[in-house]
Amino acid sequence: MTSKRLLGIFAVLIVIWLIVPTLVIIPMSFNEAPSFNFPPKGFSTRWYENFFTDPNWMKSLFASLQVAVLTMIVATTVGVLASLGLSKVKFRGKGLMEGYFLLPLIVPGIVLAVGLYSLFLRLDLLGTLPGFVLAHTIVSMPLVITNVMASLQGLDPRLEQASASLGGGRVRTFFSITLPLIAPGVTAGALFAFVTSFDEVILSLFIQSPSLQTLPVKIFNSVTQTNDPTVAAVAVITMFTSVIVMLVAQFATRKRKRPVA
Amino acid sequence: MAIDSVTEGDVSTRAIALGADPGAKKRGPKNWRPLLLLIPAFVIVSLFFLAPLADVFVRSVTDPQPGLQNYQWLFSTPGNLNVVMRTFGTAILVTFVCLLLAYPYAYLMTIVSDRTRNMMQLFIMMPLWTSILVRTLAWMVLLQDTGPINSILAAWFDIGPIPLIRTTFGVALGMSQVLLPFMVLPLYSSMAKIDKRLLPAASNLGANPVTAFFTVYLPLSKPGIFSGGVTVFILGLGFYIIPALLGSSKEIMISAMIQQQISVFLMWGQGTALGIFLLACTILILVVVSRFNKSGSLFPGVDR
Repeated sequence: MTSKRLLGIFAVLIVIWLIVPTLVIIPMSFNEAPSFNFPPKGFSTRWYENFFTDPNWMKSLFASLQVAVLTMIVATTVGVLASLGLSKVKFRGKGLMEGYFLLPLIVPGIVLAVGLYSLFLRLDLLGTLPGFVLAHTIVSMPLVITNVMASLQGLDPRLEQASASLGGGRVRTFFSITLPLIAPGVTAGALFAFVTSFDEVILSLFIQSPSLQTLPVKIFNSVTQTNDPTVAAVAVITMFTSVIVMLVAQFATRKRKRPVA
Repeated sequence: MAIDSVTEGDVSTRAIALGADPGAKKRGPKNWRPLLLLIPAFVIVSLFFLAPLADVFVRSVTDPQPGLQNYQWLFSTPGNLNVVMRTFGTAILVTFVCLLLAYPYAYLMTIVSDRTRNMMQLFIMMPLWTSILVRTLAWMVLLQDTGPINSILAAWFDIGPIPLIRTTFGVALGMSQVLLPFMVLPLYSSMAKIDKRLLPAASNLGANPVTAFFTVYLPLSKPGIFSGGVTVFILGLGFYIIPALLGSSKEIMISAMIQQQISVFLMWGQGTALGIFLLACTILILVVVSRFNKSGSLFPGVDR
């Protein structure tokens, strides 16, 4: 019993260490003084005002949202197609093909970033919207595929067969039977893709240009080059954006685990 | 048709499942058409993942002129070896810290009620929802010389500002916090499979708790230690953001050095050679470990 209690105390300390340090950024964002000193002095919303009135910050927020939404659409569409393909056929090298799609998860980000930088230099894609979307798709699609594959595994193949035997065409079967059944996995995958793109830093740092910088790039540049406390406000905003999106994703997958009556 | 008789491996019924026309069924069991669905993903991954990596490799052996001089430079410059040692050292340190912290946590998850376990899992997942950049920013605030930790140290223990930021300690602290979930999750999934009656059985046979743990429990949790350890280690090797913001510019790691060679010194050949070296280390570790650990997946749910 006492050892369990000891473990409990240890676990609480771990949770505090995991979660509490990040929260200091919230009071910092309401600091009245133009510094990063903690505890903050006074209360002011000036950094939020700064963020929402500065055209440069607004431009990168808009760029981030644009890239993340487009990445979500591309990665989800292509990822769902690939997952369906992988689940429908058995062929030699299928495992290899699956591994090939997941490979971007294990390659060090900096190596891929350098490669994309070099490639985009030649293709004139640096700092362009398609460049950002393609780069983010590479690291988002594996998450879509793993989520959708997991849903497809729980799918009863007889349902699709029933649809087919009742005369449902391939496309109709997909949209009226398969897609609704794997929707939780697709939703979760899409939201993961959005957040991955919205938070992506390393690739974005290399493929940025003065004309197109996503929010994390702007935050990174601001932290390393200036001492503008506006980043605290921006950090809080991006933090809440990702947390809310991930909570929704969590909710979507929760539903999936409930047995289908 | 008799739906009940359909089996998983029956390819011709799978063709029906896809809604293929009956004619396709007659063409035989080799239904390749779903393979077409793989094409878009294959093209994107090939063009924007494989091609860039190939580009990195080609640059490393051709820039500024064809040959292996970049790799010669990499292995013969003492400063480089320091960077490599520092990177590996930090990754090993972080892996051990994560293992020490994650093991008791994951174990506790196996002996609590379902509700508590779900909560504990949620607490482990939650940090993953916040970007590394935001968390690093928070550590920058906490660890700076005028930050709260140093203020408390000064006020309570009367010790002057201890350098926390721009040190290996700061980097290891930030990296461990980010990587801990990748250790807890595989550990828990391997511990959940261990039969709970084994430990009481061992003590019935006269083993004290410590012996029972080391001879029974620890070996059974090895798959989790392996896959968690490998994930944390290889992710740790490639970290860029945290060392860049919490580390010192004098004690850089491989990732930062790659960036520096290419963006600052415009030495493409040397930078890409370092990149290929880092990639080769990652692949080598994965291959070696998957040999030893057949059950472990090569792709534990990794999120960079």
